[in-house]
Amino acid sequence: MVISSKSQVLTANRLGDGRVVYLSGEGWTTDLEQARLLSDPGAAETAEQEGREAVAARLVVEPYLIDVAAEIDRVEPVRLRERIRAEGPSTGNSRGYAA
Amino acid sequence: MTAPNMYRYDEFDHAFVRDRVAQFRDQVERRIAGDLTEEQFKPLRLMNGVYLQLHAYMLRIAIPYGTLSGRQMHKLAHIARVYDKDYGHFTTRQNLQFNWPKLEDLPDILEELAEVEMHAIQTSGNCIRNVTTDHFAGAAADEVDDPRPWAEIIRQWSSLHPEFSFLPRKFKVAVTGAARDRAAIRVHDIGLEVRRGPDGALGFRVYVGGGQGRTPMIAKEIRDFVPEHELLAYLEAIMRVYNRYGRRDNKYKARIKILVHERGIEQIRDEVEAEFTDLRGGVLDVPAEARERITAYFASPDYETLPAQSDKLEAAWQANPALGRWMAQNTHPHKQPGYVSVTVSLKPVSGVPGDAKSAQMDAVADLAERYSFDEIRVSHEQNLILPHVKKDDLPDVYAGLIAAGLEEPNAGLITDIISCPGLDYCALANARSIPIAQRLTERFADHDRQAEIGDLSLKISGCINACGHHHVGHIGILGVDRKGEEFYQITLGGAPGGENGGADAAIGEIVGKGFSTDEVVDAVETIVDTYLGLRDGADETFLTAYRRVGKQPFQDALYGN
Repeated sequence: MVISSKSQVLTANRLGDGRVVYLSGEGWTTDLEQARLLSDPGAAETAEQEGREAVAARLVVEPYLIDVAAEIDRVEPVRLRERIRAEGPSTGNSRGYAA
Repeated sequence: MTAPNMYRYDEFDHAFVRDRVAQFRDQVERRIAGDLTEEQFKPLRLMNGVYLQLHAYMLRIAIPYGTLSGRQMHKLAHIARVYDKDYGHFTTRQNLQFNWPKLEDLPDILEELAEVEMHAIQTSGNCIRNVTTDHFAGAAADEVDDPRPWAEIIRQWSSLHPEFSFLPRKFKVAVTGAARDRAAIRVHDIGLEVRRGPDGALGFRVYVGGGQGRTPMIAKEIRDFVPEHELLAYLEAIMRVYNRYGRRDNKYKARIKILVHERGIEQIRDEVEAEFTDLRGGVLDVPAEARERITAYFASPDYETLPAQSDKLEAAWQANPALGRWMAQNTHPHKQPGYVSVTVSLKPVSGVPGDAKSAQMDAVADLAERYSFDEIRVSHEQNLILPHVKKDDLPDVYAGLIAAGLEEPNAGLITDIISCPGLDYCALANARSIPIAQRLTERFADHDRQAEIGDLSLKISGCINACGHHHVGHIGILGVDRKGEEFYQITLGGAPGGENGGADAAIGEIVGKGFSTDEVVDAVETIVDTYLGLRDGADETFLTAYRRVGKQPFQDALYGN
């Protein structure tokens, strides 16, 4: 049985190279699996505040929340746009280059 | 190797671009140090062609009217290799985009570009963008006159023009030098057709208010003839009217096409004529010596006197049918006997339209230096052009292209697809474009089948902004997001131009409800098979047949109406 729950994750682009990053338990990660799952409005609000602080600290730009489906062994963004951001281009010369 | 006949920077140009690089280096340093916020930095980076896309920063480099030397192409290959992921993407605006540069590397990249007289200024923002032209400019047999000197004069006039650096919206100008429009001038904010006036003097037919995007419009003729020395005064008159009345309250209604549509071409013409009356005969008149000085940069190369036919080529292609097929499809008549222009297709089966690996850029640069007077063009169809190749040299050029994996014989055929980057890269896109293009090239890969279908343009955009020119594809595909799923709407009968200054231009009509990712390639095949079944002989192209029969037979085939 697959246990799935809807959560959110805070994502942004890293200032130095523009790469996609996610807020984790400790700082920012390029690995969505390591992202901090935000399962209630309070957690999301805290994460957004950390995002604003990371912008001020010049770590990331344009943070925002995305919806994800979290299962036991994986986290997957709900929207295709975010799945492509997480996994990299689906084809071509930089296929799968996400980080 | 001959020096290329193209514009070369003078001392002012060099100093201006170097100053701009130094200024941007300082801005990047201040951004990284925290002295500039993203809100403050964003308009500064955009003025230097730096976007933030889905996965990384993107740098759009200006290739003025699509003209490159071998040295410049080698530099682009070098940048791809050292700073990016070993490839670049040529765009429908005859520019080049790198998808993966680091912010801290961008000043160094711009400095490298400045070494070869290139930059990324005005490739973004609400200003006059890179002026585009016919990719066969200066070479085509049917040309009235070379449009490149005028594209260069417009470039100089519009670069950092203080009055036109903060327009209501971006502004695009295209120039064709031939009556047969290969620059899609009717879907630009201003389209210019070089022509001769009643007394034989050179000048321009001027169109205004064309464009694609969410509100596609075919540009309307605003003046049938502007003498060449008065071109800048007339352009400035149009820009002033647009700057004064163009809407700034709604970015979706801010392009000049909306102004022309809402006020009518007659009122706009009257306003422009009033401005023109004030401006003509003043400082914007382009003196003959200035025109001659710029034109001299674009003098014809030192062609050999050759017979129109090449016995060497004749023997070579008869011994090698693949060469014959490529030559028939990927060469264009040249004004100089014994020469042709070569289209280097960037549309291999399963490839990404417009992408070139750095090794391929180097290979094309080498071929240009050896066989095409060191000249390369980028076409708005996302291919590369070797404009001046001796027919005798075509077998060697073809061999060089085979070695680089660039020998696809499909120029103008169904697999010569224009495609935007789509949702695989673009922050604005709603659906992917590239995978659809790849599957279509695989479905129609057979060369005999492509030849049977004949001239057919297929263009794909991943959102309504229409960077993939789907509105003017004979078959256009628009990706949309329908409740989180990618869907594809098909249009038929569009055309970017044609005879008589783009009189053939048309916006495609929506054929019916959209198709899923799984369905869309089959739908295109159904359209093509329907065309083959109803055409009035092999000489009737898809566009001609469509205009004869309308969309009903295609709707019947697609939807069983």
